[in-house]
Amino acid sequence: MKFAYYPGCSLETSGKEYDLSTRAVSKHLGIELTEVPDWSCCGATAGHSTSHLLALALPARNLALTEETGLDVTAPCAACYQRLALACHELKQNPQLREKVNEITGRPFHGKIKVISILEVISSVGLEQIRAQVVKPLKGLKIAAYYGCLLVRPRAIQIDDPENPQIIEQIMQAAGADTVDWSHKTECCGASLAVSNEEVAIPMVSRILKAAALSGANCLVCACPLCHFNLDMRQLKVNRLRGTNYYLPVFYFTQLLGVAMGLNPQDLSLHTHFVDTGQVLKLVG
Amino acid sequence: METIRLNESEDRDFIERVSRESGQAVENCYQCGKCTAGCPVAFAYDLMPHQVMRMVQMGLKEEVLRCQSIWLCASCVTCTARCPRNIDVAMVMDTLRIMARRKGMIPPGRGRNVALFNNNFLRSIQKYGRLFEFATMAMFNLKTGQPFREADTGLTMLRRGKLKLSVTKPRGLEEINRIFEKVRQAEKEV
Ligand code: SF4
Ligand code: SF4
Repeated sequence: MKFAYYPGCSLETSGKEYDLSTRAVSKHLGIELTEVPDWSCCGATAGHSTSHLLALALPARNLALTEETGLDVTAPCAACYQRLALACHELKQNPQLREKVNEITGRPFHGKIKVISILEVISSVGLEQIRAQVVKPLKGLKIAAYYGCLLVRPRAIQIDDPENPQIIEQIMQAAGADTVDWSHKTECCGASLAVSNEEVAIPMVSRILKAAALSGANCLVCACPLCHFNLDMRQLKVNRLRGTNYYLPVFYFTQLLGVAMGLNPQDLSLHTHFVDTGQVLKLVG
Repeated sequence: METIRLNESEDRDFIERVSRESGQAVENCYQCGKCTAGCPVAFAYDLMPHQVMRMVQMGLKEEVLRCQSIWLCASCVTCTARCPRNIDVAMVMDTLRIMARRKGMIPPGRGRNVALFNNNFLRSIQKYGRLFEFATMAMFNLKTGQPFREADTGLTMLRRGKLKLSVTKPRGLEEINRIFEKVRQAEKEV
């Protein structure tokens, strides 16, 4: 399997655990990733909050660059995935708009490629195949799989059910973990507001942590660098500001999959989180 | 809230503009309130999502474009996913935010920092082609008069290799600059 790989800005910095673990796990599973040549930012929330045309043109440049490689593209970051997939969808549906955007980017995109989330890429290997690679089953882990908004909404790009998705659970179960049923898996964590209005984001993070703790989970697993930073870094803040003492390490699903497949911990960046991961990882042995 | 005189504030042109730009049949909203019930940021809003919808239907342009909610909307798309009338409420919120910005309106209350953050973010992309997290945060802190906000978080990240003091620029910077310029031009012609 071969895909173009769009890391996006966060995976170069605050989300480096996701980048490293995605590359390591993909390699191990025989998925070949080639970085999109000369990629640029997808525009994220700031883009679509400011101009509909800009929100199409910034991803369109990357779609055109990818199309030149002849590969479909995968983006681990949920925000990049959503922006690229939505732009791809809209530009395929509306040839007139595509022409207008192509004129703006100066790089023709013909609508010939697909945008696929890394969750779909990895699960397309097959759960049996994944199970066969597990050397260290994730026993002792009770995972609350957290999807957030961007992977399951809006409908045109959703990778799974918007209210009760299961794809992360399936992969984690194949890796030998227990997963919990819980209420807040697709509730927004407020990451887009966290810098500009932290006092609005804190209660949103807090509600998610509370629900996860009530479900009996001992860790959270996500597939988005924005959710990760918000739930990991702000967990300490929630505890400080609200007098709680949540201890829920937040992992990327690729990190835990890497642990289960016995990959080198160095390649998974397991100890660069804000909430220490050691205690929970000890359960796996 | 102040008294609203319907006959004076009705603005047909506004209703049509919102419908056209968002691609949504705003008249279809029957005020069930499901959008508001599921909105994770409603607790911080000054106008609830269903109220925004109703006020758009009534053409209350000034009132809607002056609210904080259109800025605080986290674009989580829950409202859209649950609307029984298949209205993309999140797209309406996006459209209103874009319209307010285009009109040069100063976002009220908490909206101010959202706009500031977005502007800084886009400036970084135009300048570097990618988000320069460190510079964008530093600039935001300066502009909001809190230079040491999150300094300890930043240090921790730096130590763990999660913050870079430089950014890898794509070679196509010219191209990206041109995208911004051309979008600006195209929008002037609307
Ligand atoms: S959910 Fe839809 S129909 Fe119901 S109030 Fe909101 S926009 Fe109107
Ligand atoms: S998209 Fe905005 S208005 Fe709709 S539910 Fe999410 S935060 Fe609320």
